[in-house]
Amino acid sequence: MINELPKMTMAQAINAALRDAMTADESVVMFGEDVGTLGGVFRVTDGLTRDFGENRCFDTPLAESGIVGLAIGMAMNGMRPVVEMQFDAFAYPAFEQITSHVAKMSNRTRGRLRMPLVIRIPYAGGIGGVEHHCDSSEVYYAHTPGLTVVAPATNTDAYGLLRASIESPDPVIFLEPKRQYFSREEVDLTSAVPPIGRAVVRRPGRDATLIAYGPSVPVAITAAEQAAAEGRDIGVVDLRSIVPFDDETVCAEVRRTGRAVVVAESAGFASVASEIVARVTERCFHHLEAPIGRVTGFDIPYPPPKLERHFLPGVDRILDAVDALQWEPTAAPVMS
Amino acid sequence: MSADLLARAMTATRVLDEAGRLLRGVETPDGAMLLDGYRRLILARRLNDQAGALVRQGRLAVYPSSRGQEACQIACATVLADRDWLFPTYRDAAAICARGVDPVEVLTLLRGDWHCGYDPVEHRVAPQATPLATQLLHAVGVAHAATLRGEDTVVMALCGDGATSEGDFHEACNFAAVFAAPVVFFVQNNKYAISVPLARQSVAPSLAAKAVGYGMPGIRVDGNDLAALNLVLGEAVARARSGGGPSLIEADTYRIEAHTNADDATRYRTDDEVAEWVARDPLSRLRTYLTGVGVLDESQEQEFAAQAEEMAAQIRAGVGAETSVNPDDLFAHVYTSLTPQLIEQRAALRNELTLEEAS
Repeated sequence: MINELPKMTMAQAINAALRDAMTADESVVMFGEDVGTLGGVFRVTDGLTRDFGENRCFDTPLAESGIVGLAIGMAMNGMRPVVEMQFDAFAYPAFEQITSHVAKMSNRTRGRLRMPLVIRIPYAGGIGGVEHHCDSSEVYYAHTPGLTVVAPATNTDAYGLLRASIESPDPVIFLEPKRQYFSREEVDLTSAVPPIGRAVVRRPGRDATLIAYGPSVPVAITAAEQAAAEGRDIGVVDLRSIVPFDDETVCAEVRRTGRAVVVAESAGFASVASEIVARVTERCFHHLEAPIGRVTGFDIPYPPPKLERHFLPGVDRILDAVDALQWEPTAAPVMS
Repeated sequence: MSADLLARAMTATRVLDEAGRLLRGVETPDGAMLLDGYRRLILARRLNDQAGALVRQGRLAVYPSSRGQEACQIACATVLADRDWLFPTYRDAAAICARGVDPVEVLTLLRGDWHCGYDPVEHRVAPQATPLATQLLHAVGVAHAATLRGEDTVVMALCGDGATSEGDFHEACNFAAVFAAPVVFFVQNNKYAISVPLARQSVAPSLAAKAVGYGMPGIRVDGNDLAALNLVLGEAVARARSGGGPSLIEADTYRIEAHTNADDATRYRTDDEVAEWVARDPLSRLRTYLTGVGVLDESQEQEFAAQAEEMAAQIRAGVGAETSVNPDDLFAHVYTSLTPQLIEQRAALRNELTLEEAS
């Protein structure tokens, strides 16, 4: 008889991670806007206040800088706060607290005051949300030294990476791909907690490598499956952590295939995707058969619902980018 | 909120008048405590003078002086118990020293060796905040964590009049009030945010009156009257410790010196205005009182002056000592363990330095 893994949504997997972390460690507390009685606008914290009490999971006044500032002080005084920013763009009022204090406290005190806290942010689009509800804000955090930036792409990883993030002695920005909150998958809660800072090869490939994270990983996998039907063997690397970046795993794949496309939903200019292209090119130049391609959002504010399909990197755009990776031998230059 | 509470937010509480006489109807303050407070005022004044001199000698990059505000500095630190926390700003070096931190460690930030030179956990003093009002929220967090664990820790959170305009001031007051957090918000209203006068920050009846909107007591106190500060801050600490929640205390005081040595205060205020406040000096007021009631005599004055000189000599020696900075430190504490990227970058810098030494 085969033991079947339970199927759960990503929201349920994250809820399970919070429960298990709160059970394992009394210093773990969860707070934010509507996370108490309501259980969060995405129901990620469903039942935590009921089961752990108001001291362990509580609603705060509606002020994001206040939420993160409170978490900093609680972390200074022995707690491991996990806070929820309700939506990506609503986290911006907390930007100063995150960049000037969360990120720098360990450094400015020579490690005497560490910040073992997690800032959970439902992020990115694809849900038909109105403005300010669909930003891909990862680059702001990835650019800030001192922050760890994690973006799970599967429900099992959402569980495991959140457990690892809560256990981390350093502050973690935990980016939850909100359009996957209600996608149901088999989730293995017993598998080893994945180490932060290690990418995973989701699909090995011989001909080219797609590099993606968060909500772009399922799109990249679909694209690779479609390419396989057309005779191309395309691999997919899921970064899991944007910071620290796993150069080793990513570069090993690119060196093997010689061709790569980075897929990310945020605007492309000065983005995480730009950084990946730059650093992989620096490290793998002599193995490359073509310049590394990028499929990203346009350099525009996130569009309104009826236009978002034109913005989001989809399978066709990814396959077009793969097609552009100079598969034919270059013709000799024509002398004029 | 009762009319009485609002009255306390409007009219500054005083114990001594400007001439150093005990006000009528006021309970006589404890002589021994005030004498020790006076000794600490002398040390704080000497710290301000010495640090200013070290800036002029190029030993410190900058020093925001609390000259004229020493009574606030001493009172807010000495009303706390060892288990309590202090959240200071860049202008609160004297308060940090009064909490028992080595002045040389306090000045490390300004000497440029590292950002925070003292151990915040050992002393229960947060790093000096340079951004405005952000630290007030951290103070609420420390206090709330203590409450959740059933501890009776109190947190003293400092800021200036300018910082009350920041959003984080509002969020901190509101969070503290909603959570009944044991925090004392202590605003040293020294009348200027660099050059901008109080009238440009707020037209509220007083800064303490803002407490009404958060549902907590707001009390105005003469910031140059150590006896009054001890009384008012002591009450607020006791209230917080017994579960009564936060208070907002506004000290009516004045920044006698410019914002820092890099500032020119003559561009925005008159010498006459400064002279008026010099006449209300917190040290001379207390000296007059203590001498008058026979608690302070000439030999004690000499003893305190000698202690101040000894401290100043230690500061000069400590700040003047050649220190070595280690470039590896740049990478050491960004994360608990170095990332592969930081290991690479540290190696690159080490290599650069080796080549530099060889040439």
